[in-house]
Amino acid sequence: MTTEHTRRLRRIGAVVATGMALSLTLAACSATGDTGAETGTASDIEAALQEESTITVWAWAPAVEDIAAAFEEKYPKVTVDVVNAGTGNDQYIKLQNAIKAGSGAPDVAQIEYYALPQFALSDSLVDLNDFGFGDLEEKYTASTWGSVNLDGGVYALPQDSGPMALFYNQAVFDQFGIAVPTTWDEYVTAAQQLHAADPTKYITNDTGDAGFTTSMIWQAGGQPFVTENSTDVTVNLQDEGSKKFADTWNQLIEGDLVAPISSWSDEWYKGLGDGTIASLTIGAWMPGNLESGVPEASGDWRVAPMPTWEPGVAASSENGGGGDAILKQSKNKLAAAGFLEFMNAGEGTQISMDAGGFPSTTADLESDDFLNAESEYFGGQQINQVLVQSAKDVVPGWSYLPFQVYSNSIFGDTVGQSYANKTDLNEGLIAWQDAIAEYGNGQGFTVTSE
Amino acid sequence: MALEQAVKASRMSRYTRSRSGGALQKRKSLVLTIVMTLLLVYSLLPLFWLLVSSTKTQPELLSSFGLWFSGEFSLFDNIAQTLSYGDGEFVRWFGNTVLYVVVGAGGATLLAALGGYGLAKFNFPGKRAVFAVVLGAVAIPGTALAVPTFLMFSQLGLTNTPWAIILPSLISPFGLYLIWTYAMDAVPTEVLEAARMDGAGEMRTFFTISLRLLGPGLVTVLLFTIVATWNNYFLPLIMLSEPTWYPLTVGLNQWNSQAQTVGGDPIYNLVVTGSLLTVVPIVIAFLFLQRYWQSGLAAGSVKA
Amino acid sequence: MTTLSLSAKTGAPAPRRQRKRDWSGWKFVGPFMVVFALVLIAPVIYSIYLSLFKDQLIGGNSFVGLANYGQALSDPKFWESIGRVSLFLVVQVPIMLALALFAALAIDSARLHLSSFYRIAIFLPYAVPAVVAALMWGFMYGTRFGLVGNVNDFFGIDIPSPLSNSWILASIGNIVTWEFVGYNMLLFYAALRVIPADLYEAADLDGAGTFRVIRSIKLPALRPAIVIGTIFSIIGSFQLFNEPNILQSLAPNSISTYFTPNMYAYNLSFAGQQYNYSATIAIIVGLLTAAIAYAVQISGSRKEV
Repeated sequence: MTTEHTRRLRRIGAVVATGMALSLTLAACSATGDTGAETGTASDIEAALQEESTITVWAWAPAVEDIAAAFEEKYPKVTVDVVNAGTGNDQYIKLQNAIKAGSGAPDVAQIEYYALPQFALSDSLVDLNDFGFGDLEEKYTASTWGSVNLDGGVYALPQDSGPMALFYNQAVFDQFGIAVPTTWDEYVTAAQQLHAADPTKYITNDTGDAGFTTSMIWQAGGQPFVTENSTDVTVNLQDEGSKKFADTWNQLIEGDLVAPISSWSDEWYKGLGDGTIASLTIGAWMPGNLESGVPEASGDWRVAPMPTWEPGVAASSENGGGGDAILKQSKNKLAAAGFLEFMNAGEGTQISMDAGGFPSTTADLESDDFLNAESEYFGGQQINQVLVQSAKDVVPGWSYLPFQVYSNSIFGDTVGQSYANKTDLNEGLIAWQDAIAEYGNGQGFTVTSE
Repeated sequence: MALEQAVKASRMSRYTRSRSGGALQKRKSLVLTIVMTLLLVYSLLPLFWLLVSSTKTQPELLSSFGLWFSGEFSLFDNIAQTLSYGDGEFVRWFGNTVLYVVVGAGGATLLAALGGYGLAKFNFPGKRAVFAVVLGAVAIPGTALAVPTFLMFSQLGLTNTPWAIILPSLISPFGLYLIWTYAMDAVPTEVLEAARMDGAGEMRTFFTISLRLLGPGLVTVLLFTIVATWNNYFLPLIMLSEPTWYPLTVGLNQWNSQAQTVGGDPIYNLVVTGSLLTVVPIVIAFLFLQRYWQSGLAAGSVKA
Repeated sequence: MTTLSLSAKTGAPAPRRQRKRDWSGWKFVGPFMVVFALVLIAPVIYSIYLSLFKDQLIGGNSFVGLANYGQALSDPKFWESIGRVSLFLVVQVPIMLALALFAALAIDSARLHLSSFYRIAIFLPYAVPAVVAALMWGFMYGTRFGLVGNVNDFFGIDIPSPLSNSWILASIGNIVTWEFVGYNMLLFYAALRVIPADLYEAADLDGAGTFRVIRSIKLPALRPAIVIGTIFSIIGSFQLFNEPNILQSLAPNSISTYFTPNMYAYNLSFAGQQYNYSATIAIIVGLLTAAIAYAVQISGSRKEV
């Protein structure tokens, strides 16, 4: 569209709006408080926070509302408008649309680690080095910092993290005399034992989930996605780690040993409560969800380290979790930066933890209060001991694709078919790899498929 | 004088025509009643499930038999929770939906009435082009036009405002068609000629005389546009990023998916109760309007 | 939609008044057309424009002529989705229309107790938003805790999951049938109501039985309504989106991102940011839908002879 045309459209828009006499203030509200500054030091940020302004934050994490309230109390001149624009992918779609349209994006947005490269690459996010946030590195765990630090730029401050652990229903394990598995081979054995003893019970549920699969490959030491010079992508979903996972998981799928229940469905919550699903290998943020979603199983669940591939060699990976980024469209980047720092490097981290988030800040992770907290839901177990250890054991060197959001959306079309037909997962992974390569090349990347 | 007679004549002719079909007295058939009852059960069963489910608490909802009441009767508790959850956002969404229906469906009916009437009763340059353009554009799937529409609206500053929902719902090609076929007969040309002889302008004639004659057709169109706007899901989903302006459909789906997050709160009982509360008003609107509108629909289908 | 059938009529003796160059009709049609131009024509034109370009994440925007169309016509995913909705069309639409026809005839027959109650009750599902309908059926389709699970437990049988690969299309067909049987029934019923009473009287004098009346009076009178119902259903089938899209979270492996052409176009643009290719798909689907609907319209009116 030519600019001439655009201007005409804008004018028509103005006429329509005034003519119909309905206020459009909402559309305009993100444009208030324009300070114009693109970069700044700590004192610039502090100065900006003493001026009247409004920033819009898109986040679905419930804690953000409380963090914003605390922030407004500390900086009364800044209004923080927290908007739940949808959970995960729903929000990314809206964010992507606003970026494409050139307006309408918030100042700050919650973005999960797996989706971050996509937004960073499309030049939609501010490099936080502009505000000197690169110095905050030491505050965070290595794996979360590694997730926001892409090609030398820092595109988000980590908010929570999801080092994986094995959550299991001890009542069910005890009832059938099943020992807590420490390796994946033991896990498969436990699955067989449980399902043989009671065919209505399963060791876990799985209908194919891109986030879970990539985390499992990560733990197995796989590095299927490698990006160099931001456009040269190598995909290898048949590397050693990927194969290790697929071969082990094949035994569960082909043997009907996992419940065909999709995570997060109503059946899933139900299954977690009545023992149908006896364990979950999932991120450290899960306790909060169990407490609110499965209150009837209080006291039954326990946490153990994630089973490993090599006996006795501790290893884990991250599952979920994310940070918050500043959008290039923001007209109030200094205040946005101030809020970001407050939320993810300051007082906000405690509020987030209180709401059930698992922190990414080492000081919080290592505080005695946190480590020694006994969870009533988990029968008094000091679950954070296990979870924090997992954060330390995360296998380094992992990276996501610069178009992971789309790739994950077609996981069901490819790997999901292996689940549905109970066929070799390796075939599904190869199909996924082909689809990823096709898409990437179509988008102008140079994708090498190995 | 001439005018009144013509109006009366036209009404008379419609009455005689719409005398009912197989209305001669017949014996009732038990077999037919039984077969139709099966169809009835099929139609009502899911709604019954919805009703029963909204009387259950969240745990009962998942653990009890779906088609009968179980546990404590918590319908009112659920309704109270639904209305108050998230600072009463359900009520806000309800208000939005009503706004979209009143302005959107009302406006769509008015535009369709004007347009259909114009097509039926006037011959004007470009009339054939109007047909061609309306026909051609309607066949393109609306969902697929979402992105271009979104990008355009965003240029106009309309996204994230009620206008992004209202403007597209102002267009009802089916309504245009229905009024067009209906107006052909319902508004006799003699009536218009008579009005002209009395010296009335075209617009005045339309609003004072024709609109009344179009009554049943208008109610029919109104009903369809009400359903369309009340049930509108896709357009608001992409046009609105802030829940402030959500209609019920999008809000409910957001509630449904909010179990899927860290610290998320599964509220399936509220989703179910909210669905019930969403269905009830439109059902009432239906029952209220249905006696008016059948003849309008008949005109449409007979003429095709 | 039904407006498709207008084309046959535009040549008909519509002009009642013979003024020359009379623009006053535009006063009435104008407002509709202005809004129509803004919300439908402009996006269509913009889509056509978009379909001639290719915008990449890396490398930017470039003019590619008709290359997107070439790609779509040889895209197996696109054809798979077209095949799927065609199958849906061929199976679901006749079943739904037959049910609706039966119900309309039954209600019109005057042989039914409480016929107006049946009429309203069967029509009610049409008022239920597609989102709510899909949520409701989604809950009920559950084999563990849903209604299907209840039935399995109660009778000790094993109904296959309605959300599995092989049943999902039928399950969606069921939802759509449930939603629209009543609507089509009313369309047919309304047409039956305006059959002149003297036709029935004549049939009665002839001693014609119920089925003969149906065959020689009612069905011919219903033909235009059936044509309309069919055209509507064709467009509906090709635009299938809400139901599969909402069920997808429950059945991620059964409902692919290219399950229907509309879902394909949606996922291409919203998840994959392939706005140009998506616009191309939309235009091809639109042309295809129009062509099929038009063919039905033609053959429907031919049979009338």
